Amino acid sequence: MSESISSRSIHSSSRLQGESLTVGYDAAPILNDVDFQVPDGQVTILVGPNGSGKSTLLKALARILTPTEGQVLLDGQDIHRSKTREVAKKLGLLPQGPVAPEGLTVRELVAQGRFPHQSLLRQWSSEDERAVNDAMTVAKVIDFADRPVDGLSGGQRQRCWIAMVLAQQTDLVLLDEPTTFLDLKVQVDLMELLVQLAHQMGRTLVVVLHELNLAAAYADTLVMLRDGAIMQWGAPSDVFTSANLKAVFDLDAHVIRDPHSKRLICVPTSAPEPAQHVEVGVRIA
Amino acid sequence: MTSQVSHNAMSSSTADSASGAWLAYSAGLPVMVGVLAVMFGWHIAVGAKSLPLSTVLNALVQYDPTLFDHMIIRDLRLPRAIIAVLVGAALSVAGALMQGVTRNPLAEPGILGLMAGASFAVVMAIGVFQTVPTVWLPWVAAFGAMVTAVVVWLIAQWAPGGATPLTLTLAGAAITAFLGALISVAHLLNQETFEQLRVWLAGSLSGRRVDVLSVAAPWLCLALGLAMVLSRKVTVLAMGDDVARGLGVRTGWLKVQVLLCVVVLTACSVALAGPLGFVGLVIPHVVRLFIGSDYRWIVPYSALVGAAYLLGVDIIARLALRPQEIATGIMTAMVGAPLFIHLVRQRAS
Repeated sequence: MSESISSRSIHSSSRLQGESLTVGYDAAPILNDVDFQVPDGQVTILVGPNGSGKSTLLKALARILTPTEGQVLLDGQDIHRSKTREVAKKLGLLPQGPVAPEGLTVRELVAQGRFPHQSLLRQWSSEDERAVNDAMTVAKVIDFADRPVDGLSGGQRQRCWIAMVLAQQTDLVLLDEPTTFLDLKVQVDLMELLVQLAHQMGRTLVVVLHELNLAAAYADTLVMLRDGAIMQWGAPSDVFTSANLKAVFDLDAHVIRDPHSKRLICVPTSAPEPAQHVEVGVRIA
Repeated sequence: MTSQVSHNAMSSSTADSASGAWLAYSAGLPVMVGVLAVMFGWHIAVGAKSLPLSTVLNALVQYDPTLFDHMIIRDLRLPRAIIAVLVGAALSVAGALMQGVTRNPLAEPGILGLMAGASFAVVMAIGVFQTVPTVWLPWVAAFGAMVTAVVVWLIAQWAPGGATPLTLTLAGAAITAFLGALISVAHLLNQETFEQLRVWLAGSLSGRRVDVLSVAAPWLCLALGLAMVLSRKVTVLAMGDDVARGLGVRTGWLKVQVLLCVVVLTACSVALAGPLGFVGLVIPHVVRLFIGSDYRWIVPYSALVGAAYLLGVDIIARLALRPQEIATGIMTAMVGAPLFIHLVRQRAS
């Protein structure tokens, strides 16, 4: 399998790479000897059942977790040995379920994204101001810029956090389950925004998602993890198959193509009747 | 076209209001310095013998050693006012930093056990060595505060779920109660020595510890400066460890720096005035109500408001039962507790 992965990576360049990453304790590593190249300028979506290691992989790539073995390379440099503030100028992270301090306004939150670009000597500049306003415009939060974040709806709040990561002006952005707990409509809006960032603004996005159909619809590259290893990796049309869903998620589902959008959708089917269930029925009869 | 215009107008108006807030916060600082100066003068003027403000000003600007009133002001009242300013600022800033870093609105040196640790160390040192050179008092207090901070953190870390705001608060409360009991035991065993410490342990500005002041003041001011430098990073850290790390903050190192800063601030305060409750808890909340969640503003405003608050409380402590004096530590809680309850109720509604 590693052969097929390396052969695919030849097709596109990759600034962010994981090399034989092992994360977690020796006895039960959460991530086991994973090689991974993030394709530049694409939306890469990581999916997998709970405990598959998808969030762990994202955190290792974002230098939040230090691998016990292997390394993460950003532009050829070991990310865990680089100056974290320099890394933060290239690589942004939106962790899962972030909570804004009480009373912080949208503008103040988004302004925190400028942190890596500032120092004691170089305080707030017009460039920072422009980056913050641009980010709020793109994420469509500028209309309530001066309201406290904790008073907004879930979808608005998540857009504020995305604006904060955008204000960081990094070429690479990693997002851990940005759509969790949101209405479907809001999830779709967010994914449209993320795709637009990659395809129109040239950003590289890596997103951990729970929602399979959303992942299949918006991914350029879909990565399926199970038990701390990458099982499948490729365009949704190649890897989003009924057989792979069974192998990775233990999910019985048909994969069909929506005639209008041409997107792939999975429809769960009921599992075949287990044998012992029939037996019990016989006994009762 | 019209929508384009209206959108531009909207974004420029929000930009204006943002810089407006920035202007208002900056303009508020000199106003607060002015309030503090007035409180400072008033604090010196009142006492067993009331002095006119003009005399106070004269004594500060044109000191005349032959005048008795000038001597009172220079030797007795000025040090006390300076201690009130420094301790009020130190405790408020320590509380603000702790609340930001632990994301716990109840965090402050008193509740997380640092103050009890500092007091305990001082009491033990005096109990064992009878007299401790005043030069060493802040360091003894700092040692106690540091050890207690680490112990409280370890206890919270051992609890199921790790060092959450809840486990930290519980561990701090338990350690505070435990050290309080030990201080009482020591008191019972050695009444004579501890009789001198009784007022200090209630929290008092009446000791006029000029010798301690000259040792503690430079460190205290250094720690206040460090707090200002760290404040921007504390705002980032208040959004969560992972967010902060993603933005390029070395969170572990920042926490160590904040801990050192808080320990020095607490230790200097305890060495100067004993354990003063509630200042570190209430003041940052009051400040936050008016200026929001950015620690670049919270830290300087906490310092100014805290200093003014402690001056005010000490004025009440000296006037309420004149010519008797109430220990300032009793008054900080007596004024602070109802204020805190009022704030909590106002936030809830």
